[in-house]
Amino acid sequence: MLEIVNLHASIDDNVILNGINLKVNLGEVHAIMGPNGSGKSTLSNVIAGHDGYDIISGDILFDGESVLDFPPEKRAHLGLFLSFQYPIEIPGVTVSNFIKTALNEIRNARGEEPLAASPMLKMMRDKMKVLEMDKGFLSRSLNEGFSGGEKKRNEIFQMAMLEPKIAILDETDSGLDIDALRIVANGVNSLRSKENTFIIITHYQRLLDYIIPDFVHVLFNGRIVKSGGKELALELEKRGYDWIKKEQE
Amino acid sequence: MKDRLSAFYWLHETQFAQISSNLITSQRRKAIDIFETEGFPTVRNEDWKYTSLKKLIAPNYVLPSPFASFDEEEQVEYKDIKKFLVNDIDCYQVVFINGRYSSWLSQTTHSKYDICTLGSAWKKYPKIVEENFNKLTKDDGPLVQLNTALAWEGLYVNVPKNIVVEKPIQVLYFTTGSTPVFNQTRSLVILAEGSSAEIIERHHSLTNHETWTNAVDEIQIGSNSSIHWVKLQHDSPQASLTQHSKINQEKDSKAIVHTISTGGKFIRNNLDFSLSGPGAEAHMFGLTLGNDRQLVDHHTRVDHIAPNCSSHETYKGIYDDYSKGVFNGKIYVHTDAQKTAAYQQNNNLILSEKASIDTKPQLEIYADDVKCSHGCTVGQLDEDALFYLRARGIRLKEAKALLMLAFANDAISDIQHPSLRVKLSQLIGRKLGVDMSTVL
Ligand SMILES: Nc1ncnc2c1ncn2[C@@H]1O[C@H](COP(=O)(O)OP(=O)(O)O)[C@@H](O)[C@H]1O
Ligand SMILES: [Mg+2]
Repeated sequence: MLEIVNLHASIDDNVILNGINLKVNLGEVHAIMGPNGSGKSTLSNVIAGHDGYDIISGDILFDGESVLDFPPEKRAHLGLFLSFQYPIEIPGVTVSNFIKTALNEIRNARGEEPLAASPMLKMMRDKMKVLEMDKGFLSRSLNEGFSGGEKKRNEIFQMAMLEPKIAILDETDSGLDIDALRIVANGVNSLRSKENTFIIITHYQRLLDYIIPDFVHVLFNGRIVKSGGKELALELEKRGYDWIKKEQE
Repeated sequence: MKDRLSAFYWLHETQFAQISSNLITSQRRKAIDIFETEGFPTVRNEDWKYTSLKKLIAPNYVLPSPFASFDEEEQVEYKDIKKFLVNDIDCYQVVFINGRYSSWLSQTTHSKYDICTLGSAWKKYPKIVEENFNKLTKDDGPLVQLNTALAWEGLYVNVPKNIVVEKPIQVLYFTTGSTPVFNQTRSLVILAEGSSAEIIERHHSLTNHETWTNAVDEIQIGSNSSIHWVKLQHDSPQASLTQHSKINQEKDSKAIVHTISTGGKFIRNNLDFSLSGPGAEAHMFGLTLGNDRQLVDHHTRVDHIAPNCSSHETYKGIYDDYSKGVFNGKIYVHTDAQKTAAYQQNNNLILSEKASIDTKPQLEIYADDVKCSHGCTVGQLDEDALFYLRARGIRLKEAKALLMLAFANDAISDIQHPSLRVKLSQLIGRKLGVDMSTVL
């Protein structure tokens, strides 16, 4: 489904990604862990098509097709979703308007009719219920004045509405209290299927108690230095990242 | 140009004198004197520093005579203007073509109040006109004086005490013909104590030739009265407008003025408020979308004369291509105007390297118990926000439009009719090159 081949990327002449290799199949959940500054958000942004980075070498493939030349919107049309570590505040655009626009843009790109107002609203209500969100959310300005937890929940709400094939969740757990974490995890779990895949980026293993990953990768200095099963996350939780750093030296 | 205009005045002076009183004739004469002495303002004049009239006055304009009837080229039918009307709101309608009243396209009234034309009011209501005409404009510059000298047609509204005008008044000024045209329009709006009215105004050229309208409005708002005025400046690319709107507000009155400048070649707005009765409230909203080589210049001035008045100003501008904007907001707080509250905001987005905005707040405060704030910003579209929208599948053009509309939102959200707001967003969408139904 998603394949990253020997990817090197830099920003302002600082090389951040140093040869990433990763293969993700439908139905799988991958976790990427790593200390702050190891390049996790950079990797997410590059996969989503942020044009602030230079791709030095390597490739990103969706279903075998290179997407390096595709703008972010086209990657979204192909089924990619990135839950932002820091969702952007956009005053003047309401949550409902934003989601409606996004969903219909994606449908349009796939040659589907726009979803009419009333089924759209019903779909929004249903998804919000699962995420235990208040209806008032819809008419608020996008992320403006939202608490950290509200922003993250709003990201997951968008994901639920857009039904992506590949979802990357960049530190969705940070800023969530334990109840919110459980709600968000339930939301993610309810979307898991054989037809999609999740990449969960986190540096605590907390979230992985709720969303059980099939694979865990450790990112360090822009490279995946270790991969394993869900037990690797527990080991990282117990031992921290220092032993990884030592191993690398 | 200047000489032709003054010759035009002298040629028609007797005719002007026939329609109005001696007092007004002497005012016309004084006005033409000032215009002849000063001529068109140049960039040496501080108020015109960033806006040169040189190119605007260059074409060989035809000056339509107020006293001639419509010629063949000026025959405009309903189907020609239909798309410029706000159709889904029931309105009074006053239509002018090349500065002359078109009765067959208009719906006026004299029943509870007068909604008609200045051209008919000179003779019909000479006393009221004499009491109000040129009361707010005496000290203005040469463009206003030129208009005073040649004043003949425009909107006339007179609402008596405690009466509400139930329907909006839609006023449309069209220019047309096979040559460049320069015309003057003059409005007089009088709201007596406790009354209210709403005006939707639009200037539009129906020709590809250069047109220039020099408009002056005098608005008197009595105590406890209110006016809501929407100016839609979405003219064709060869059309220019200079407009001076003067508003005087008495005790506890309220005025809301929206200036939406999205089209045209050259626009200069002067919008002046005199808050002369205590408790008066003025709200100004502006939205400018410039592209090509458009120039849009907003000069606003609020005179806080009486105590306890407030003024609120929110102007937003988005400039692309080679377009140029000017914003000059003057707030003048006079000595007696204690407890004044005056707020001013001017925010701009610059979308291309060649576009520019000169923005300048000007505060002069001579009272000591005053709350004033002002701020201006000039920036670009937020790249992070764009990425966020695009990562959700929204195409670049649509994402930009959505951000621009969000930026512009404050400037149009107070427009009362939902259908007018929708029309505006569609118009903005068209200007931004996107179908608004996909991003709204
Ligand atoms: N615009 C930038 N210019 C230079 N360095 C950057 C920029 N953005 C991020 N970095 C650096 O890239 C590295 C990886 O950052 P990031 O991907 O955000 O890490 P993580 O998400 O794992 O915490 C960090 O060392 C950070 O300082
Ligand atoms: Mg990060």
